[in-house]
Amino acid sequence: MTKAMTPTVSAPATAEKQKFRLARYQDLALVPVIILLLIIGAILSPIFLTPNNLIAVLTQQSELSLLVLGQAMILIVGKMDLSLESTVGLAPALAVALIIPSSAGGLDVGFAAWLALPLCLLIGVAIGGLNGFLILKVGLSGFMVTLGMLTMLRGLQLAITEGKSLIDVPESFLYLGSTTWLGLPAAVWICIVCYAAGIFVLKYLRAGRSLYAIGGNSEAARAAGIRVDRVVWTVLIIGSVLAVIAGILMTGRLGSVAATQGEGMIFQVFAAAVIGGISLQGGKGTLFGALSGVLMLGLVEQILRLQGVSGFYIKASYGAVIILALIVTRFATGQKQE
Amino acid sequence: MTEFASVGGADNVAAAARGVTKTFGRTLALDDVGIEIRAGESHALVGRNGAGKSTLVSILTGMQTPDAGEVSFFGEPAPPVADSAAWRRHVACVYQKSTVVPELSVAENLFINRQDLGGGLISWKKLRREASSLLETYDVAVDPDSLVSTLTVEQRQLVEIARALSIGSRFVILDEPTAQLDGPAIERLFDRMRSLQDKGVTFLFISHHLQEVYEVCQTVTVYRDARHIVTAPVAEMSKPDLIEAMTGEAGGLNVPSGDDRPSSAEEVLTVSALSGDHFSDISLSATKGEVIGLAGSASSGKHEFAETVYGLRKPSSGSISVDGASVRGGDVPAALKAGIGCVPRDRHHQGLVLDLSIAENATMSTAGAFVWPSAQRSAGSTAIASYDVKAAGPDQPVSDLSGGNQQKVVMARALAGDPSVLVLINPTAGVDVKSKESLLGVVDAQARRGKAAIVVSDELDDLRVCDRVLVLFHGQVVREFARGWRDQELIAAIEGMSSE
Repeated sequence: MTKAMTPTVSAPATAEKQKFRLARYQDLALVPVIILLLIIGAILSPIFLTPNNLIAVLTQQSELSLLVLGQAMILIVGKMDLSLESTVGLAPALAVALIIPSSAGGLDVGFAAWLALPLCLLIGVAIGGLNGFLILKVGLSGFMVTLGMLTMLRGLQLAITEGKSLIDVPESFLYLGSTTWLGLPAAVWICIVCYAAGIFVLKYLRAGRSLYAIGGNSEAARAAGIRVDRVVWTVLIIGSVLAVIAGILMTGRLGSVAATQGEGMIFQVFAAAVIGGISLQGGKGTLFGALSGVLMLGLVEQILRLQGVSGFYIKASYGAVIILALIVTRFATGQKQE
Repeated sequence: MTEFASVGGADNVAAAARGVTKTFGRTLALDDVGIEIRAGESHALVGRNGAGKSTLVSILTGMQTPDAGEVSFFGEPAPPVADSAAWRRHVACVYQKSTVVPELSVAENLFINRQDLGGGLISWKKLRREASSLLETYDVAVDPDSLVSTLTVEQRQLVEIARALSIGSRFVILDEPTAQLDGPAIERLFDRMRSLQDKGVTFLFISHHLQEVYEVCQTVTVYRDARHIVTAPVAEMSKPDLIEAMTGEAGGLNVPSGDDRPSSAEEVLTVSALSGDHFSDISLSATKGEVIGLAGSASSGKHEFAETVYGLRKPSSGSISVDGASVRGGDVPAALKAGIGCVPRDRHHQGLVLDLSIAENATMSTAGAFVWPSAQRSAGSTAIASYDVKAAGPDQPVSDLSGGNQQKVVMARALAGDPSVLVLINPTAGVDVKSKESLLGVVDAQARRGKAAIVVSDELDDLRVCDRVLVLFHGQVVREFARGWRDQELIAAIEGMSSE
């Protein structure tokens, strides 16, 4: 049935206004939860509120947060990309392999070392572009295409590296993964810049607003003159490029490309996005909300770690925490998750 | 197959609601209303959008519990809301939106959730046989093996009605059943209603087309602003009285005829030899201030033609130009840029993003590269004021609005870029009398400002605004009517009986 109803004469306009004001701040719903977690952490551990610890949390979450940023935009536009986690591994592995000699596990192509970063980004564009082509032009199911890509890209990385870690990592990667600017790690700065840009674009640019229109009702978006396929394709490419950047930062931080780099991350990516209020049905949620989802998961993880939860239990407790976080979010925002 | 004979005399009440009140949050949806539907009659429920019709339907079908008041069927109190099976034996509802599963067969849909026919294991052969005999009983010419997704709207409704009757319900609610049907299909539906009525089936009929109420119903109940206004035999209620009861104002529908609109020789829109999906070789030109109506049955190709002009569909040949400049076919942004605005066929499907605000929907086609929330909000407020949208403010999501107000937001979006050509497809579909007046007033006002408009519609009220009406049949223009056409003449042409 429709929602068409008559407002009562007694319902004053101010009540309506209050409701809307509240709705406008819905993406701040997780902020009290984050503050609560900071307080709990501080009570449980004296070092929790020290800058070093908080910076450590931010650094650990920086790679996940970039994936969440990409996935959140893809979800808002009404699609999903499961292959992001494999892109995190494959792009740096392939770029490095194209540079280093076969003696170090490379492909003996011998590209110059300065090409590492541009190559990496180009691989991201290609993967996102291919996903977009298969989904939009060939008309395949986005879920299945990216599930296939998830497996294929991971397999490709194993084939190239024969399952070994690549340790001969270019300078540029190491620099980005380890340097600090103004007291904060470069990785954290990159995240801040990416999120600030994303939040701005999705709020203040027509192109950004079109993501919500497409995810909310793609037919209406088309009838309003939005070039739906072009926008979706661009968003898929941006998502892959963000995954590549996450991969570069991870490679630089660890000093090598492991064969399993990024494996299993997609689960946390979806969890953080949904906790942050992004709807899996498209058209709803904000990037600030997604970011607070990432921070919330990071703080919980750090609390568990500082409490010395045994390595055997940490995975189970992490899964439990995600479900708990979903429950908390469900009631903090008062909305059912789809 | 069902024993309708058990229905008693004419004063037997099939369904009744008394003293029903229902609120949603701060919104009062029904205020101490009642309705009494006598067995064997077709009872019309009319009212403007927001009058409380949908809420009453959801209470009569057990989807919602009233805050106060009671519902009864044949004198017995209604079952508790949790017992949906019991409700389905008392009452069935055919909604505008389908309640069948499209990817299952007709047979399975007819016996959904009772496919085993009481046997525990599903016998597909038996199911098919039962389905055929059920369809035969109600004279529904549909293959029980076909998928429901392949049926027409008309066939789908018949399947839903047959299913309702087979469960044993003798009271059927039809919620705007004619909204998506063309003329002959509506007549067939009415014939069927009459014959089922003879067998003792009771109908509650909801429609925005008052003419249909006179055609098929015996009693009419009017709701307005969540209150019961009047219940009377249809024969004793004149059309102006009915409209007055619905709107609370005297007088009939006040549609601007535009007789005195100034005409101009300056051509704005030129369509030459355009062919595309379901239409071929149509040429027309519109001058400044001219409103052209396109009428025809659902399969006439009128919608496809209009959608092609706006770029939603690709033409196979022919050309479109605005102010002498040719417009790329199949490209909505190009059409917008050339100065064509459009109200698409179905506001839920193509017109609006329901979760977004009024302001955002109204500016969707015209926003610059940068979107400043304050500018957007003020554009939204302007739209609310200029198109008479009843809303709390520009930030309100359009999903909160009634149908008529949603349609005004779609109109605002179409006009936001100040286009020189308007393509309006079913501009007043599913909106109440007041909103219809206001929307058609906008069309007239825009024409007076020198815009050309194409109005695609089945509703004679919409076509009265037009300077001329073209009738399409099987993808071609077969008749043209100048102002002053007679209703019968035009309807005959639409139904394809114009050759005499």
